[in-house]
Parts: sequence; C-alpha cells; structure tokens
Amino acid sequence: MNFTYIILIPLIPLAVFFLLGIFNQKIKPAVSGYIGVAGLLTSGILSFYTAYQYFFVHGKVAGVYQTFVQKTTWMNFTDTLAIDMGVLVDPISVMMLIVVSIISLMVHIYSRGYMKGDEGYTKFFAYLGLFSFSIFGLVLATNLFQIYIFWELVGVSSYLLIGYYYTKPSAVSAAKKAFIVTRFADLGFLIGILIIGYYTGTYDFETLNNPEGSAILNWAATSFMGLSALTWALILIFIGGAGKSAMFPLHIWLPDAMEGPTPVSALIHAATMVVAGVYLVARLFPMYYFIEDGFALNIVAYVGAFSSLFAAIIAITQTDIKRVLAFSTMSQLGYMMLALGVSGYEGHDGLGYMASMFHLFTHAMFKALLFLGAGSVIHAVHSNYLKDMGGLRKYMPITNVTFLIAALSIAGFPLTAGFFSKDEILVAAFEHNKLIYGVGVLVAGLTAFYMFRIYFGIFWGKNTQYKHTPHESPLSMTIPLIILAFLSLFSGFIPFSELVTADRIGFEAHLNYPLAAIAVTVGLIGIGLAWVFYKKENDLSDKFANVFGPFYKWAYHKFYFDEIYMFVTKKILFNGIAGNIAKFDKKIVDGTMEGIGNKTVVVSEKIKGMQSGKVQDYAFAFIAGVVVLAMVFIYLWTN
Amino acid sequence: MDILSLFVTVPVLTIIALVFTKGLKQARVVSMVGSLIQLVMAINLVFAYFKERALNNSIMVFTKDVVWFKQFNIHYAIGVDGISVALLLLTAIVVLAGVFISWKMAVLPKEFFISLLILATGVYGFFISIDLFTMFVFYEIAVIPMYLLIGIWGSGPKEYSAMKLTLMLMGASAVLLVGVLGIYFNSNADGGALTFNILEIAQVNIPFEAQKLFFPLTFVGFAVLGALFPFHTWSPDGHASAPTAVSMLHAGVLMKLGGYGVFRIAMFLLPEGAMHWSWFFIILAAIGVVYGAFGAIKQTDLKYINAYASVSHLGLVLFALLTLNKIAWNGAILQSLSHGLLTAMFFALIGMVYGRTHTRDIYKLGGLMKILPFIGAIYVITGMAYLGLPGFSGFVAEMNIFVGAFENPNMFNRILTILVVSSIVVTAVYILRLVGKIMMGPLSNDEFKDLPKATWFEKTGILLLLIPIVAMGVAPLWLSDMIFESLEPFIQGVL
Repeated sequence: MNFTYIILIPLIPLAVFFLLGIFNQKIKPAVSGYIGVAGLLTSGILSFYTAYQYFFVHGKVAGVYQTFVQKTTWMNFTDTLAIDMGVLVDPISVMMLIVVSIISLMVHIYSRGYMKGDEGYTKFFAYLGLFSFSIFGLVLATNLFQIYIFWELVGVSSYLLIGYYYTKPSAVSAAKKAFIVTRFADLGFLIGILIIGYYTGTYDFETLNNPEGSAILNWAATSFMGLSALTWALILIFIGGAGKSAMFPLHIWLPDAMEGPTPVSALIHAATMVVAGVYLVARLFPMYYFIEDGFALNIVAYVGAFSSLFAAIIAITQTDIKRVLAFSTMSQLGYMMLALGVSGYEGHDGLGYMASMFHLFTHAMFKALLFLGAGSVIHAVHSNYLKDMGGLRKYMPITNVTFLIAALSIAGFPLTAGFFSKDEILVAAFEHNKLIYGVGVLVAGLTAFYMFRIYFGIFWGKNTQYKHTPHESPLSMTIPLIILAFLSLFSGFIPFSELVTADRIGFEAHLNYPLAAIAVTVGLIGIGLAWVFYKKENDLSDKFANVFGPFYKWAYHKFYFDEIYMFVTKKILFNGIAGNIAKFDKKIVDGTMEGIGNKTVVVSEKIKGMQSGKVQDYAFAFIAGVVVLAMVFIYLWTN
Repeated sequence: MDILSLFVTVPVLTIIALVFTKGLKQARVVSMVGSLIQLVMAINLVFAYFKERALNNSIMVFTKDVVWFKQFNIHYAIGVDGISVALLLLTAIVVLAGVFISWKMAVLPKEFFISLLILATGVYGFFISIDLFTMFVFYEIAVIPMYLLIGIWGSGPKEYSAMKLTLMLMGASAVLLVGVLGIYFNSNADGGALTFNILEIAQVNIPFEAQKLFFPLTFVGFAVLGALFPFHTWSPDGHASAPTAVSMLHAGVLMKLGGYGVFRIAMFLLPEGAMHWSWFFIILAAIGVVYGAFGAIKQTDLKYINAYASVSHLGLVLFALLTLNKIAWNGAILQSLSHGLLTAMFFALIGMVYGRTHTRDIYKLGGLMKILPFIGAIYVITGMAYLGLPGFSGFVAEMNIFVGAFENPNMFNRILTILVVSSIVVTAVYILRLVGKIMMGPLSNDEFKDLPKATWFEKTGILLLLIPIVAMGVAPLWLSDMIFESLEPFIQGVL
C-alpha cells in the first residue's frame, strides 16, 4: 500500500516554520496564528486518515500488523552502511502521529488566546511549527540515525521554546540546562548507535528488530566487560532516552523547563517530546527483550520505577503548580518505563508493552489538559504559586470542571482513561515483578494525593482576595480544554490490546478486578487525604510536614540534586578543568613558545656585539680562525 | 587558458586592477567583481568536474604541466580531484563573503583588498598544485600577507600578534621544507629521476626509514597551520588582533591548508610513515579536540572563544585523518569545509557585534537579540550549526568522523574516539554560554539601544555563507560522493 503522502505530515509544519520564521516581521499576528493552526489541522487530518487506513483497512495481514517502510539514502558511509531518511508505518508510529497531532493542534488553538498580545507571537508559532516537524520526523524515523537526527532537532526546538522569554535570565539558563543535560544523555545515545552500527552493520529498525535476524540471534558473539557489546549499546541508548524522558538522575532539566510558556510545557514537556525516551525503548523493544535475556530491559524497569516514586514524593512538596505537574510528568514517564521494563513479548505476556503505549496515549491527553488548565489559571491570576490561588471555582467554571476531570483521570478514578491504562500497567507489573508492583501501587496513591492537593488548593481552599477579579479564559483556550477533557474521560475505551502490541498480534485484555480494586482504593485514599488537608484552609498539612521534618525539607529541595549538579559543573568542570586549561594554555604552552622566542632575542643580543663593523676585529677573528683550522688539520694529518 | 589556471590568473588580474583604483568605493567594487567571477568559476568547476569525472578515471583531472625550473625538475603542474574542487569552492565563497564584510574598510582600503587577494591567490594556487615545489611557493604566498594584514589593519596588540603568528608559521615552514626536500631526494628510490610531482612520487616506494624520518617533519610543518596541539597558541592571539575579513579568511580557508597538506602530501606520499606515527599524533589531535573545547569555556573575549573552538574543530580534522579510515577521511574533508564556512560566519558576526558595540568582552554584552534581531537570530543559528545540530554541515562531518573512527576495533582507538565524541557536549556548553550571555538576557548597556541594524552588504555576506552550510547539512550526498571517490588512491597507501 502507498504511504508516500505521509511525508507531508512533518513537512507541512516545516513549511509553516519557514514561512513564519522568514517573514516574521511582515505577517500580522492574527494571520500567523491561523497559519499555524491550519498547518497542524492539515497534518492532523492526514494523521487520522493514516490511522484509519492502517488500523482498519490495510495494516493487518493474516492477523498481524505489518510494517511499511519508504525511504531514500541520505548519507553513505560504506556500500552497506548508510543513513536513510524515510517514513516507517507501524502501530506505535501511527499511534504517536495521533497523539502528537491532537496535542499539537490543541496547543496551537490554545496559544492563539494564551499568547495574545505577546510581541513574539509570530515567532512563537514558527517555533511550534519547527517542533511539530521534528517530533513527527522522530516518530516516523526508519532507523537509529534518523531518530537521532530528529531527536536533536526536537531538543533544539525545546531549547528555543523554553528560552522563549529570552530577556529573562532564569529562562535562558533553564533552556541552556535542558539542552546540555539532554545533550549529555545523547552522547550515550550516539555511542550506542556507533556500537550497533559497527557490530550489526545496519541502523535499520526493521533489520535490527527482527527476532530471527542476525542482530538479535548473534548477540552473544561479542562481549565487553562481561556483557554483550549490544547490551552495552542498549544501555547507552537508554541513557539517551532517560535524558529526554527525564528519568532519574537526568531529570534535573524538566522542572526548570517550566520557564517556557505554559502551552509549550503542555506540548513538549508533558505530552510529546518527553515521551520520546519511552518511544525509543518501545521502538527497539525486540532488541531490549531478546538480547542477553532482557538485561538492559531490567535496568529500564528499575530506573523507571525509582524515578516514578522519587518524582511523586517531590511533587507532594512543591508549591509552584507547574513544577508539581512537571514532577508528576516525570513520575508518569517512570510508570511507562517500568511497564516496558516488565513486559514480555508474545501475546498476553506483552501486556506491559501495550499498557505502556496505552498509558502514553491517555497520559498525553490528561497531562496536556492539566497543563493547559494550569495555564488558564496562571493567565487569570498571574502567578504560578499555590499561595496566590484559592477559591477559583467560582470564577472559572470550565477550567475547574476540566481540571477536575484530568485530575480524576490521572488518579485512576474508575472508568476514566487513566484508570484503564494504569490498571494494565499494574497488572503487568504484578505478573512479573512484585517489588515493582508495590512501588506502582504506592505511586498511584501519591499521585492521587498530590494532584488533588493542587486541585483543592487552586479551586477550593482559602478565599484569596484578588486585586483583579479573575475571569474565565476566552473560547480559544476553553475549547481545547473541553476537547481534551472529553478525551481524558473516554479514550480509555479504545481497544489498545487489539491494536498496539509487541508482537503485532492483538489479544483481549480484561480488567483484573482484585488488582483494579486495590489501585482504586489506594487512589481514593489519596484523594480523601487531600480532601481532609486542603479542601478547607487549615494547618493540618503544616503539622504533617513537621512530623516528617528533615525528610520533608529534603523532598522540598528536590533531594538537593540541583546543588550536586551545580557543584560538579561549576566547581569541577568549569573552574577546575576549564579554568585550569585556560591558565595552562596561557602560561605553559604559550609560555614555552614565548620562551623560545625570547631566548632567541636574548642570545642574539649577546652575540650581536661580534658584528662590530671594526676591520681590526674581523681581521683578528679571521687570523684566529685560520690558526685554529690549521691546528685541526695538522692534528688530523699527523694521526 | 585552462579552467584551473584561471583560478590564479583572475585574482592576479584583480590585484592589478586594484592598483589603479582610487578610494574605498572603487576598491571594494573591483574586489567584489573579481571575487564574484571567482565564485562563478568555482561553481562552474564543480559541474565541469562532475562531467569530466564521468569520462576520466585518473586521480587528478584537468591536469596541465609546464616546466618551470628544468635543473631541479620543478614544474608548474596543476590538477584537481574532488577534494580540491570542494576546497576551491569554499575559498571562493569565503573570499567573496569577506569582501562584503569589509565593505566599510576605512583605513587604506586599496592596500587592504590587495593584501586580501594576494592571500587568496596563494590559497587558490595551493589547492590546484600537484607539484610539491609550486605548492610550497603558493603556501608561502598565502601565509606572508597575514603579517601585513594583522600588523596594519588589526586591533589590540597587533604587532605582537602578527609577529607571533608569522614566526610560528615560518618556523613550521622551515620544518616543512626539510620534509619536502626529504621527499624530493627520495623520489628516485625506484631508479627514476628526482621529481616534485606528487602523482609521480606516489608511485615510488620511498624506503621505510626515510618515511619514518620525514613524515613527522611534513606532518608537523602543515599541522601547525591546522592548529595542532601544542602548537596552536599563535591562533588565539592572531585571530583576536586580526580584522574581521582576515580572521574569516584565515580561520575559514588558510587553516584548511594545514589539513589538506597533511593529507595530500604527508599521508599520500609517506603512507608507511603515517602508519608508523599515527598512534602518536592521534593522541595530540584527540587532546586538541577536548582541550580546545574546554579552553573555550572560560574565555571572555568573543574571538578567543572562537579561536579555541577552532582548535577543537580542526583537531577533529587531524584526528579523523590519522584514523586512516576512509569514512573518517570523508568526514575530515567535510569538516574542513563545514568549519571553514561556520568559523567565517562566526568571525563575520563577531565583527558586526564589535563594530557596533566596540567591545568583545562577553560580560559587557547582553540582550542584543532585541536590538539586532537579524544578527541575533543568525548568531543562534550559527551556534547551533557549530555544535553539530542536524540540518547543518557540522553534523554531517562529525558523524562521518565518528562512524569512521569507530570502525577501528583497537581498544586504544576506541577510547580516544569516545573521548573525542564527548567533545560534542563541551561544545554545547561553550556555545550556549556564549549565545546566552551576549544575545539573550536583559540588555547590558543602555547605550546599545540605538545600535544600527544589519546592512544589506552584511546580510549578503552572511547569506553567502549560510546557504552552503544548510545545503551541506540537508543534502550531503552529492558532496560526500564527490569527495568519497577521490579518497580511493589515498586508502591504497595505508592498506
């Protein structure tokens, strides 16, 4: 079947980027907003058309979803090793097309209201276009190098958008931090790619992921420090994924990234770019699963589980609502990672894989909704901090209801989207690893608690006196909220297990009632505690925080990871290494060269007296020379 | 006149025409026209080369040989392969951009443009020569005008910098000359006549002992110009004092002579020497890559940052050459081209910022994006290209180098490769620090509020450089194919 038109999906936003970027000054803001929305709408329609064609018409052959690839050579290394550019259509790439186009379109529409009056309005839509292009390209990548290329482009779009308010020093440093931390992680990714390219002779996903292919069958042929070289490669690639998906300990850039405009946080730092790491592991899932009996996959599971818990604890203590959501994102990404990590491959065994993708989908909807809702609130009260909010339900009814729906969904309230996907993850974890299951349940409770903490804090709680009476946001902002609320409620009914599975063969997933009951109970306890603490203004939460004392303080300071990184970069790398190299270069390396130059001058000063210009001096030297030479000759001659 | 000799003739004619001009306006128009013709010729040469290559399978095409000095068998022998064609195109682009950037040269404009074009003549001659002696002569023609250009039109401690740069490069030339003569006097090893012709020497089996002796001399002689650690210190001081167009030409083109010379002479003619010594020099090159990048972090002068960045990026060229791998070699040539364009771009931008604010201290600059949106945007784009963002030339070059270097399974080489690959993070650090400090943040100085925006000639110069950077980054295949097939004779020697 012909999927050539798919190339338009990324290229249309790219065209929007060039159009708005080059004619930045000439296009009126009102028009540029429409250009951006129209571009994404076209890409979105194409994505939906593709999904329909793939899942329901052409994709399935004999009960198995096929992979369709169209590509062209972009760069040759050797006769066999090359970088291709193309599109790869398979269940997860099509699913990601849908996620990205829905969220990106919603964010485009929303931004028309949110960014109104901003002087960089056109530039903002240009950047959104660049980002959409990059993430579509990443999703459709046919090989490791192509995904790496778009990976970097996504990183730079994120850099530009975090640093959108570029006159604000905190935004500039947050952008820098995000770029450098992910770049550091990408170093691992790149070395991983080099290893895979060298040992398997290909970068193509199709060849690499083939369970009967040489890459997977011959993993034991190489070894390095006790593990297969390919296992090392997978671990390194996971480091790249962990950087983008803000896994511990590479998460430090994500909270700071909230310096960007809120629609950006919703699009990039909640729904699409940050799931790239999860997507990468899923993309290489057969390799992760089969090579060295899933050694690397175990690492994925534990890192995911730990990050999930770590972030949930920090989220409870934060007072900036965007940061709470940022840590919540990190925690949910950890959930997706751990689901992949505990997954098997065939049939129902691959439940974790399917659950991870399912959760990726539902999470994108409700987390984008939470961010856009938070944006609506911030738009109204001009502050990010909980202390400046309270009682807003009276002023902002639509935001209130949609935010509540999203919060219920992430807390796993029965029949919301989050309930289904989270349940599948917990079932998969329960079947494979009880420890990780325990962490998952604990995190589910914490999630419900911190989410309702901010929900009550924003919309209930104390009756703050506002200088300007807050009012509901304009339609351009509330319509996306309503659409996303609808999706957060009902997207759980999509039969993911029929469509997106590790072995491409659908299976029937049933609710596991006992496990679902446990998860729901824990979630309800979390909500209930939040109700007690935060629904009405009281000092229970402060007392409670005091009980935990130092631990609370640690969590509030994010376990001091920023400080540790600061120490390593500022003190060791910058002042220690870079500073000393600069000095060493000036003093020693250059000093040596200068020394040679200066010595030459000194010596010539000393011997220049010999060129005195006096005939008698020269005559003396001449005669002395003759005498010396004569003596030498006589000496040689007599011997 | 044959297609290649024109590359020397046209600049010489431009110089003669310049002698008769009066004032800045005439001088710059004449230089612009001359350089424009040169660029058109270079583009034409690319097409002509593809056409010729389809029919002609010899190592060099468009060859011509005129006896110049019979006694020593010195010829004016010229010819090009894919590598030199690409570098000629680079030179033509950078020279024309340099002329545009110097549009407002106030001091002695005529003499300035004459010196600039003498330099260009030397570079063109160097890239078309296939006779060692002629090549060496052109090399010196290219290096010497630097002294005048920095000493007269420079800024800061210009006499000191000019002296330092010239003396270090001359010192290297002396070593190089010994190496070249060493090759010459061994060119009869198989019983033929002594010759300077590169293609003829390449057929000769120079004895291993001689290769071992003369490779380091030739290598170091050229590599000093390519900023080999620890002989790079002329570059920061020299660049800091040089006027904008000179920095552009020097870092953009002249420093490429180093890598090209290493490849075309030291490695092509002395392959066994290269194999014998590569382990040693590759360590120096790898140190240069990381050392230059770390050195750039703590600099405060825009030009120093760029100079150290050049040490790092050109170290990558030498590193790639010494891996003795075809993919990495391809990357080395691509990196030469890419770095030439990017560094010229950076120096042009620094010149624009300095010309307006009269400072290059990054702590005194800040928030310029708001005042100078075009320059700011291009600065960010150039920075991104410099740190190897896909879609720009640097990425293509670096990936070739990394993949090629990784082909060698030797643990020692692997470790060096990983060390070198990790420089991409350090590069990101200094580039983002630089861009963040000078372009973003609040405006540092209220006097900067009314800085004039970029002029048409500045924009033209910038676009001239930007277009090939993007073209290389988006569609690298044609260029890398052109270079790749020319690498075959080189790889034969080290197999």
